[in-house]
Amino acid sequence: MKRTVKKHSLAIRWFHWLNFPLLAIMTWSGLLIYWANDIYKLGWGNKTILKFFPDSFNKALNLPFRLAEGMALHFVFMWIFTINGLLYVLYLIFSKEYKLILPNRHSLKEAWHVILHDLHLRKGTPPQKKYNAAQRIAYTGVIIMGIGMLLTGMAIYKPVQLNWLCAILGGYEWARAEHFILTILFTLFFVVHIVQVMMAGWNNFRSMVAGFEVLPLKEEMDVSEPEPAAQAPTSHNLNNH
Amino acid sequence: MEKTQKILTAAQVRNKTLLSFLFLFLFIAASVFTWKWLQKQPTEQAALKPLRKVLDVNESIFSGMFNSNRLAKTYRKEQAVSKVRVNGNYGMSEGFDPASWKLTLVKANGDSLFISLDEIKKLPRTEIIFNFKCIEGWSQVTHWGGVRFSDFAKKYGLVEETQLQFAGLRTPDNEYYVGLDMKSMMHPQTLLCYEMNNAPLPMNQGYPLRLIIPVKYGVKHLKRIGTMFFSNSRPPDYWYERGYDYYCGL
Repeated sequence: MKRTVKKHSLAIRWFHWLNFPLLAIMTWSGLLIYWANDIYKLGWGNKTILKFFPDSFNKALNLPFRLAEGMALHFVFMWIFTINGLLYVLYLIFSKEYKLILPNRHSLKEAWHVILHDLHLRKGTPPQKKYNAAQRIAYTGVIIMGIGMLLTGMAIYKPVQLNWLCAILGGYEWARAEHFILTILFTLFFVVHIVQVMMAGWNNFRSMVAGFEVLPLKEEMDVSEPEPAAQAPTSHNLNNH
Repeated sequence: MEKTQKILTAAQVRNKTLLSFLFLFLFIAASVFTWKWLQKQPTEQAALKPLRKVLDVNESIFSGMFNSNRLAKTYRKEQAVSKVRVNGNYGMSEGFDPASWKLTLVKANGDSLFISLDEIKKLPRTEIIFNFKCIEGWSQVTHWGGVRFSDFAKKYGLVEETQLQFAGLRTPDNEYYVGLDMKSMMHPQTLLCYEMNNAPLPMNQGYPLRLIIPVKYGVKHLKRIGTMFFSNSRPPDYWYERGYDYYCGL
């Protein structure tokens, strides 16, 4: 016998998996657009450490001279990306699940423990409910990044009609740079997320697909399991149900 | 959030897991299929048809929301660059004779007016220093002078014409052409422009007369206007035919 505990609702799973192709298309079409004026780099003065993007990268992805295609894709899929993101945030609010994602006053300290733990520098599992402190900070951060994506995108899409928004973001050219930086951060988040999911293992990954996690039966429960034991019926009770 | 837990047999857990992953694979397959389907669609004006349809919906949304009181940010004179970028020369073919140039204005009744630069210069002069935005993504603070299109329309009695939905502009050689919605044309910052940096327009910036329309990307700022006409259907547009959005509104 096994004990399954619901972890991710169907809605959360839909929002999550829809983001995968949507972000892929938005990033891809964004690259096609960015190529037409690829001015950003890491470096100072005349010194360039990393050009965004090296010619080999552009060539490998076949980015050159596809601005019209990129804009068409970007300005179609922006709607779906935005609607999916807004529904996700509304869902978090109305289901009260935001309480599990928003960092609290302990999160900064605990997140440090999580990092040390992940790097095998500290023993003992950091405390967590649905998400640990590092996850809370990361997932809240990615929501803020999504909102930033939307706002900077709106500012460069309609810089005259939304001139106030453009001004708040530091002007047209800054808004474009911010939109680009957020894309890089999203990509970095994606990489770290994949690594973390691989390290967290099958049970965790399955929970984002099937919704439930499989946990030991109550008798052999792990001490880190946050649910009070009183709420967990015994297998015997459930079997008679 | 409440946690619901169940006690299941190993087989039940396995079946539920398999079913869920079957759905995930169906979702991935549907995504890939949709993407491949999209790429195989016929094109309309060089854009994939489904995308073109949405771009047209975007146009109706954003032209419907267009507010003429929203102005492009303006700058001080000293903020304007002295070296203004020249990004395209479509429609600027050689053999153009500036001395014989007159603006051809096709009225709604089909009559044409031929208007000289001197006549245009007699109209109220307006200057604008704004951040010119190219569809490629670069922008530049530049300084222009000319007559507001709305002042020009008033002076030449274009009452019937400005009731129509679009204005079309063509270079004298008909090589480059744009279509513009009337609300953007009548925007207070839209100029029939004959000066740059307080001097006559340079040849490569569209001498003797060009359009400056800050509510649009640079592709719509047609250089060297030959003919102007008005209609209720979309006038031909060079970059629209090459896969870009017709509206290009900022």
